[in-house]
Amino acid sequence: MSAPAAVAIEVPRAAARAMTAAPLIDVRDVCVRFGGIVALDCVSFTLPERELLGLIGPNGAGKTTLFNCFSRLYTPVSGDILFEGQSILSRPPHRIADIGIGRTFQNLALFRTMSVLDNVRVGSHPLGRSDFLSNALKLPWTVREEKSLADIAWELIDFLDLGEVAHRRVADLPFGMQKRVELARALAARPKLLLLDEPAGGLNHTEIHGLGELIRRIRDERRVTILLVEHHMSMVMSICDKVVALDFGKKIAEGTPAEVQRNEDVILAYLGTTKK
Amino acid sequence: MMLRRTIETRGPPAAEVAGMATPAWRVIVFVLGIVVLATIPFVLKNFYIFQITLAVIYAIAILGLNLLTGFNGQFSLGHSAFYAIGAYTAAIMMDGFDISYIWTLPAAAMVCFVFGFLFGLPALRLENIYLALATFALAIAIPQVLKSSLVEHWTGGVQGISIIKPDAPFGLPLNSDQWLYVYTILVAVVMYVGAHNLVKSRTGRALIAIRDHPIAASAMGINVSLYKSLTFGVSALYTGVAGALGALAISFVAPDSFTFQLAVALFVGLVVGGVASISGTLFGGLFVLFVPNIAEHFSKGLAGAVYGVILLLVIYLMPTGAAGLVRLIVSRLVQQGRASGR
Repeated sequence: MSAPAAVAIEVPRAAARAMTAAPLIDVRDVCVRFGGIVALDCVSFTLPERELLGLIGPNGAGKTTLFNCFSRLYTPVSGDILFEGQSILSRPPHRIADIGIGRTFQNLALFRTMSVLDNVRVGSHPLGRSDFLSNALKLPWTVREEKSLADIAWELIDFLDLGEVAHRRVADLPFGMQKRVELARALAARPKLLLLDEPAGGLNHTEIHGLGELIRRIRDERRVTILLVEHHMSMVMSICDKVVALDFGKKIAEGTPAEVQRNEDVILAYLGTTKK
Repeated sequence: MMLRRTIETRGPPAAEVAGMATPAWRVIVFVLGIVVLATIPFVLKNFYIFQITLAVIYAIAILGLNLLTGFNGQFSLGHSAFYAIGAYTAAIMMDGFDISYIWTLPAAAMVCFVFGFLFGLPALRLENIYLALATFALAIAIPQVLKSSLVEHWTGGVQGISIIKPDAPFGLPLNSDQWLYVYTILVAVVMYVGAHNLVKSRTGRALIAIRDHPIAASAMGINVSLYKSLTFGVSALYTGVAGALGALAISFVAPDSFTFQLAVALFVGLVVGGVASISGTLFGGLFVLFVPNIAEHFSKGLAGAVYGVILLLVIYLMPTGAAGLVRLIVSRLVQQGRASGR
């Protein structure tokens, strides 16, 4: 019986993917409504482990709404989101990070008065067990915990090349650097899934190129599955394994970057409906 | 050439300067502080010892408020209520049940923690000015509740409760004012070390994260509601311990000592000491106790107006509180030292 398992390791990634039954995330018919407005209309897709999925669509297509369902800021009126086969919809917002889902925010949501190091250490909050009393008394095990949280933070600070500014207040840093701090913070709890909400927004050309490289490195070196919402098409098309396109809350296309790029509905959504 | 020089001497940013300068000046301040604290009871008259004891007690109360407002971003105009509950817990235990003063502090701490935590739960739904208003209501209610006939049997109603000032233990050659000073300092050291540890820990970073960006804090796995109500409890605990110490120091409690004015005084101490500064609360305590007296010294009739002018001047001259001013001076000195060294 052990022979097939040994073989499975040898088979190419695509085949291995087909053999593992459940994908890392499984979005099933998710609908979100705000009053009379349908923000998401029965959206479904799956994302296997260690893939990089790009979620595209014009403004107001429902991309961030979907992210906020993952973060449990919104609750769908119907449908479900499964993470490792388990629904996440029964969990409160603060219990999402500890199952291994990290995120960044569209318009930066850093702790502005804190240093880079402290921001990243807050990111590793789910890995700690200390509380008010043990921290106030500085019990020996909390000192060890602090040390290990600091080690995790420093490793990420080095990975994202933030060593020079580790003790600076984040509010004083340039925008591109703040984006890297958010990435470091999102990785600090060692997530299996990383949700990136428009990471290229506000960056210049060279920075965007570097960011694309970085996202791939995060996927490959840190073994993180990534769901990327992005407006910057050339970046999405060059780094993603798969692309899902939304328009007015509906999924209009799904496939490889090349397939989605050729899709007529996608072209229509982006360029308008002058054809009709 | 001139321009280049100024750029070069600007030096690294303030945070880095403070970080590098820390060990030397912190040690000096620490040693000086110990020497001053240790000599006070032997060189000053009893009345001044008593006043400094009170200032330290206020500082502990302000520290409690600062944990809540400065570090966690929750407003309170009702901390006089927790001070009163701490003071009455101590007084009732000593007067009504003959329990040693030693036990009054842990008891006041527990009672105020529970009360603060329970008050913090509904307060979770209120933000900023609305929370300030709700806590204001608490400050208004407490003196009347203490006077009410329902609890008069324990609280002594309008009359309040007189208690006996504790004597020094183990036959130490100290009078009761000197002993209470020493006792207060010992308690203060424990409270300040605890607060310092807390703020510099995982829990403390969570508190600041909630203040800076609650939604992001929640996404980082921080249980925002739980931390906020626990912070309310811990804040009330600090202020309650201060209240219990205050009852011992004054050896008397009465409802009208704990009016809204006390809550405002604590708030003033918080702001002039420095929001989110631990050491600044000591300045806040001194300010709250001594500045009204100084104002009265200038003019009996216009004491309130003089106090107001002093307050305005202080806020104008040090907009980030005493702690901010000290930080600024130190970083300037360090930079100047570097510039002349070059």
